[in-house]
Amino acid sequence: MDIVVNMSSGLCLLLGSFLCLSGGIGIIRFPDFYTRMHAVGVTDTLGAGMILIGLMLQNPDSLVIIKLLMILVMTIFISPVASHALAKAAFRNDLVPLSDRNEHKGGTESSNP
Amino acid sequence: MRDLFAVVMMLGIFGLLSASFFVVMDAVDVAFTEASVGAGISTLLMLTAVTLTGRLEDGERHRPMWALVVVFITGGLLIYGTLDMPYFGSADAPIHQHVAPRYIHDSMQETGLPNIVTSVLASYRGFDTFGEVVVIFTAGMGVLALLTMGSRTGIHRVMADSIFYLMHEQHLILRILTKILIPFILLFALYVQFHGDFGPGGGFQAGVIFAAAIILYAMVFGLSTARRVINRTFFKLLSAIGVLLYGGVGVVSLLNGGNFLDYNVLADDPVAGQHLGILLIEFGVGCTVASVMVIIFFNFSGRREFP
Repeated sequence: MDIVVNMSSGLCLLLGSFLCLSGGIGIIRFPDFYTRMHAVGVTDTLGAGMILIGLMLQNPDSLVIIKLLMILVMTIFISPVASHALAKAAFRNDLVPLSDRNEHKGGTESSNP
Repeated sequence: MRDLFAVVMMLGIFGLLSASFFVVMDAVDVAFTEASVGAGISTLLMLTAVTLTGRLEDGERHRPMWALVVVFITGGLLIYGTLDMPYFGSADAPIHQHVAPRYIHDSMQETGLPNIVTSVLASYRGFDTFGEVVVIFTAGMGVLALLTMGSRTGIHRVMADSIFYLMHEQHLILRILTKILIPFILLFALYVQFHGDFGPGGGFQAGVIFAAAIILYAMVFGLSTARRVINRTFFKLLSAIGVLLYGGVGVVSLLNGGNFLDYNVLADDPVAGQHLGILLIEFGVGCTVASVMVIIFFNFSGRREFP
């Protein structure tokens, strides 16, 4: 039983770290604001959630588990909404997505909002 | 960097990084304060200031070379000064010899609090903390004195209302999430406030979190809606009441025959007196910090209505 919990916890932590890392690489490598948002907004919630679940499995103390659970719920609520607000603010301030921009200008300059 | 928005964001990132640095150094209370004050609310207040002043820096009016020379000289002198200091983390450094052993060994018996940081901050160094609270109060009063001048004509207010209406009618998702979150944020602020004796936290952090909830409400639902909820006179009063409560605890301990801010005499049992005193002054700190932050935010962002 113990080894199953440990293994699954390690798997969750590893997966979460991988997702966060890929989000971090995405925010550096992707060409414009929206694609960067996409990279980090999608991976961030699941990555942080996975890490939190992995930590929960590591810890036998129920109080710590409840605290982590509350952090998890908050993350699930806040992270997508923050991405939404950012993307909406960019869109409302007329930042054109890369795919639309290429049709008009034919260039691939990186945006710096 | 000309873009002040980017500068403010850099400052916020710096605050968050130094908060994680403090966590690594096992100073969770300081990290908590840095995360909530340095990365959180000061970034927010500076952003509100940037909306007032404009996003881009004006053209150069000064020679950056001279500033750079001054910075290099000062930095070099500071680094030269550190050469005399004891090696980082060495056990026989003066800071570990003087009062720290007493805090570590005796604070549990003297104040009955597991969190040494709180007992140092609120009890042993109560006078310093009183000074900090007065500084925050003075900052709030300064903002009030400087920014509340100006004519409040009705036309501007109507215009501002329509601007805020335009800004805020659309954000359905944000509004719903804000409604869900605000009770939890307030609850968390109260937890930080009253659990500060036992874990990381205290009046400063709690006050900032409390103010953050109100500021979030004002940002999402508009300033005029928030004005209807929040009585500004009450907040002005509250900021004074916090300082008064802090000072009042000191005066009561004077009247009971102890020194200023000596909580031992507040109750029959010294430890119970310490506990009561720390709780009261932390509450005073929380009141003042929260209301001053709200006052500063409202005056900064309300200023925009009267161009």
